[in-house]
Amino acid sequence: MTTATATATATVEILGSDGWLAVCPLDRLTPGRGVAALLPDGTQAALFIDRAGRTYAIGNRDPFTGAQVLSRGLTGTSADRPFVASPLLKQRFDLATGACLDDPSVSVPAYRVRTRDARDA
Amino acid sequence: MAAAASPTSTDTTRPTVVLIGHGMVGQRFLEELAERGVTERARVVVLCEEPRPAYDRVQLTSYFAGRSPEDLSMVEAGFMEKHGIELRLGDPAETIDRETRTVTARSGFTVRYDQLVLATGSYPFVPPVPGKDHKGTFVYRTIEDLLAIEEFAQRLMQKQDVPSGSVVGGGLLGLEAAGALKGLGLETHVVEFAPRLMPVQVDEGGGEALRRTIEDMGVIVHTGVGGKEITAGEDGAVTGMELSDGSRIDTDMVVFSAGVRPRDQLARDCGLEVGERGGIVVDADCRTANDPAVYAIGECALACDGRVYGLVAPGYEMARTAASAIAGEGTDGFAGADLSTKLKLLGVDVASFGDAHGATEGCLDVVYADSRSGVYKKLVVAQDGTLLGGVLVGDAEAYGTLRPLTGTVPPVSPEQLVLPAGTGGPVALGPSALPDDAVICNCHNVTKGAIRSAVTEHSCGTVPEVKKCTKAGTGCGSCVKALTTLVNDELEASGVTVDKGLCACFPHSRAELYEIVRTLRLTSYEELLASHGRPEARGGDGCEVCKPTIGSIIASLAPSVGADGYILDGEQAALQDTNDHFLANLQRNGSYSIVPRIPGGEITPEKLIVIGEVARDFGLYTKITGGQRIDLFGARVDQLPLIWTRLVDAGFESGHAYGKALRTVKSCVGQTWCRYGVQDSVRMAIDLELRYRGLRSPHKLKSAVSGCARECAEARGKDFGVIATSNGWNLYVGGNGGADPRHADLLAQDLSDAELIRLIDRFLMFYIRTADRLERTSAWLERIEGGLDHVRDVVVHDSLGLCDELEALMAAHVAHYRDEWAETLNDPERLARFVSFVNAPDAPDPSVRFVPERDQVKPDLTVLAGPTLPIRTLEGTSA
Ligand code: SRM
Ligand SMILES: Cc1cc2nc3c(=O)[nH]c(=O)nc-3n(C[C@H](O)[C@H](O)[C@H](O)COP(=O)(O)OP(=O)(O)OC[C@H]3O[C@@H](n4cnc5c(N)ncnc54)[C@H](O)[C@@H]3O)c2cc1C
Ligand code: SF4
Ligand code: FES
Repeated sequence: MTTATATATATVEILGSDGWLAVCPLDRLTPGRGVAALLPDGTQAALFIDRAGRTYAIGNRDPFTGAQVLSRGLTGTSADRPFVASPLLKQRFDLATGACLDDPSVSVPAYRVRTRDARDA
Repeated sequence: MAAAASPTSTDTTRPTVVLIGHGMVGQRFLEELAERGVTERARVVVLCEEPRPAYDRVQLTSYFAGRSPEDLSMVEAGFMEKHGIELRLGDPAETIDRETRTVTARSGFTVRYDQLVLATGSYPFVPPVPGKDHKGTFVYRTIEDLLAIEEFAQRLMQKQDVPSGSVVGGGLLGLEAAGALKGLGLETHVVEFAPRLMPVQVDEGGGEALRRTIEDMGVIVHTGVGGKEITAGEDGAVTGMELSDGSRIDTDMVVFSAGVRPRDQLARDCGLEVGERGGIVVDADCRTANDPAVYAIGECALACDGRVYGLVAPGYEMARTAASAIAGEGTDGFAGADLSTKLKLLGVDVASFGDAHGATEGCLDVVYADSRSGVYKKLVVAQDGTLLGGVLVGDAEAYGTLRPLTGTVPPVSPEQLVLPAGTGGPVALGPSALPDDAVICNCHNVTKGAIRSAVTEHSCGTVPEVKKCTKAGTGCGSCVKALTTLVNDELEASGVTVDKGLCACFPHSRAELYEIVRTLRLTSYEELLASHGRPEARGGDGCEVCKPTIGSIIASLAPSVGADGYILDGEQAALQDTNDHFLANLQRNGSYSIVPRIPGGEITPEKLIVIGEVARDFGLYTKITGGQRIDLFGARVDQLPLIWTRLVDAGFESGHAYGKALRTVKSCVGQTWCRYGVQDSVRMAIDLELRYRGLRSPHKLKSAVSGCARECAEARGKDFGVIATSNGWNLYVGGNGGADPRHADLLAQDLSDAELIRLIDRFLMFYIRTADRLERTSAWLERIEGGLDHVRDVVVHDSLGLCDELEALMAAHVAHYRDEWAETLNDPERLARFVSFVNAPDAPDPSVRFVPERDQVKPDLTVLAGPTLPIRTLEGTSA
């Protein structure tokens, strides 16, 4: 999670198994929505930004259906936990931990995310 | 149920109770027996003349409003089996032998009884008019009668434009029958011998108000005359009716509704005493006067107070009394019953209660009459102010509270009780003002106290639960409004906060949020959450419930509140469900389906070819939908813009299959081609679809237009359905297929094109304004207070003065409609979101794969399977 103070020139990065991966410019993200990113090992991540500017990434694969769709769900806050609701069968996943809020036995991976200013790069 | 091997049935081990007649009262009697455990210790045999188990005769006419015979059934599934009751359908009793205590039925089946109960009801009285048996004459009592009337009327319709039907009798049932004929599309006459309609229930003033309103509906009323002769043509079918004043009605069918007579023939034949004017004589326990083993209940009985009751509530009371007597419990005896009625005749409220005719000595009348609006209200009060009774015509709102107040001195003056709202003195005397022993539900004799204790002691938390627990509201339904108020008051009083909030973020209902957005012209979810959200939710991200709901409200109101009509602009984009966000329907493997709009189901060969080519070129699975259009499945998100570019070029536009919005307006081929069609249903369907396309609503909206009453477009299964008549269009609302099907109710008839569209405009905007989230029109209509009548008042009679505004909102919607897909394609920024991966825009999603199936494709679900990954906790966060 990161609080974005940076400007349009900033880049969002996800920590995958091969290290930090630059995914997209920060302004490509719509607050309250996600996008999908393809990681070098072929897995998919769902990257979100909330209305306060915090970014999150979890696995894109919905474990209930197997479809790669979590990036297309609606986000929200429940008891202070940021979540995305799967667009298929609506189970909610904690954006910070990947834990499923509706079924504690299920979870998806959570990835570290950071925003790098153009200057730092 | 066919007779068993032996035609004589004996079971010597257990006493036997035999019931003759399985009507409303008979069924209630069985329920009362079961409740008292009698069905466990005794054998119970029921002889039923009709081909179906007991049904709700009171609601008979609702068959024409779309309720099926099954809907009308009064027998809960499994009831007979559960209680071991032997029901013999279509096998009427023919003789009773009181010596041997046996009953023999038509099939030859004979059964010995220990106790016999007659609940044979009444038969319709047909006056001895010459020609009463011609082809085309009917009575109005059973489902079979209705089916015969309907079939005959439909045959007339095929032969002539507007056939005519006449009802003999202008009482309660006669007017119901007239309503049914009118609804079937016939020119309708009512002939009543008395000088006014409903002579038994209403007084002269009420009769006048009723007449005016009913005439305004196009029913031709003849009072003070009787039918003298019914004439027939060469084929033996009715051609007309001569009246006692020498005039003549040209008519093609006649329905007799000139009163009922008790069916007491069986009793007469076996020597039981019957009254001078019919009715089996019984005592306070409902036992027949000359045989303690035989009882009579319901309309066939002449009760101990010397009356034959033609209403269901007293019959239920008798059923209870007889069941207690048979169970060997003491009974309070049948003490006579109230003759109050509230009816909805041809859409006019008519109610009478207590001493409606002012027969009590020295009583006074308080009358309010408004001939313009057809409202007439009279209260009868004693000198000391005690309310004795009354008549309400045109507006019977107050019936639910006035009837239980009968016999008491109301807390406000009678003048205030009859004056309409807005005249300075209206008093909304709610049910809360009633004492605990006031009877709220007359049909089931349920008091206010019983309703309250259903909430407080039996922990019923909703109106349906209270209905189930107390039976209140399950008869004629006239008490449901008062019941709802009482239940909600009681819930609130017992500290249950009925949280009407939409979700954990907002304490408001959807309808309230709509009003907030509309009046404050708020176009931002963020602002709305900050100003109106629950304190704990402010500043958060909202949730998946309120975001799309508010997105939809803003979209419905867009032109009027100054929001951009395009649902994916700015903050709005974040509010939409995934389907709206990608303007397509998400499928199980993450691919999307595409449904172009095909208004009215009409499509040119050229357009069909384009759809075929697009499907072929993109490898899409193609299927004709249930909504008269074509669905293309299996598109990846990155293919959507390419596919739509070709579709938009060919003149297609979004079909909103993904949105809570207007879906399709189906049509039949109509007058242009069909030999039966009476209007151009295709043109109307296309007009409607183009008018309402893109309209965002609380749930999806469906419609259909049929070219005649054969209804090939299934309009009555739609949220708003239109059926052509020879005079214009009938508009039906609140239909639904799906999990809980409901036939739409008639809102208005014989409308011109312009009237039709105006009413639909108002109806839809009123629905959008007041419905809950994901509440189809059918559920909404069932839920809102006042139901269909209220909606009709608002959208037809403009009772809330809202219609101008509703029409203006719709006009703004129509003027601002733009095709979402064309808009999207025109803007590269909007297109940028249609990629599988933000970091690899050209890479297709490898998990979206297909395998062959019946010459097309289907999703390859095997690529989706895989182990779920373990949770990966993050300590701290990166900067
Ligand atoms: C494609 C189609 C089935 C078909 O192959 O024919 C279909 C497909 C779906 N229907 Fe349907 N319904 C289709 C006609 C119907 C009909 C028949 C009709 O419209 O005449 C009904 C019953 C009529 C009605 O709605 O009252 C129908 C009652 C439902 C319901 C139950 C609604 C209810 O009030 O109970 C749902 C669930 C919902 O909307 O909440 C539903 C939901 C769905 C969804 C949207 C489920 C979903 O969320 O994925 C399906 C999406 C298909 C897709 O992705 O394209 N579909 N669905 C039909 C599309 C018609 C069209 O051209 O728009
Ligand atoms: C259109 C219409 C509207 C009405 N509206 C209202 C209203 O708003 N409010 C109200 O209170 N009442 C209303 N009524 C009256 C109400 O329906 C009756 O009071 C009620 O049905 C009486 O019940 P019952 O069981 O006594 O008779 P029924 O319901 O008539 O049942 C008697 C049954 O016995 C059967 N039977 C007769 N002889 C035999 C035999 N020998 N063997 C076997 N079976 C036999 C008959 O076929 C029938 O099925 C209405 C009636 C009609 C027709
Ligand atoms: S509903 Fe339409 S298609 Fe069906 S019979 Fe009537 S006009 Fe013909
Ligand atoms: S008064 Fe008829 S259902 Fe309650």
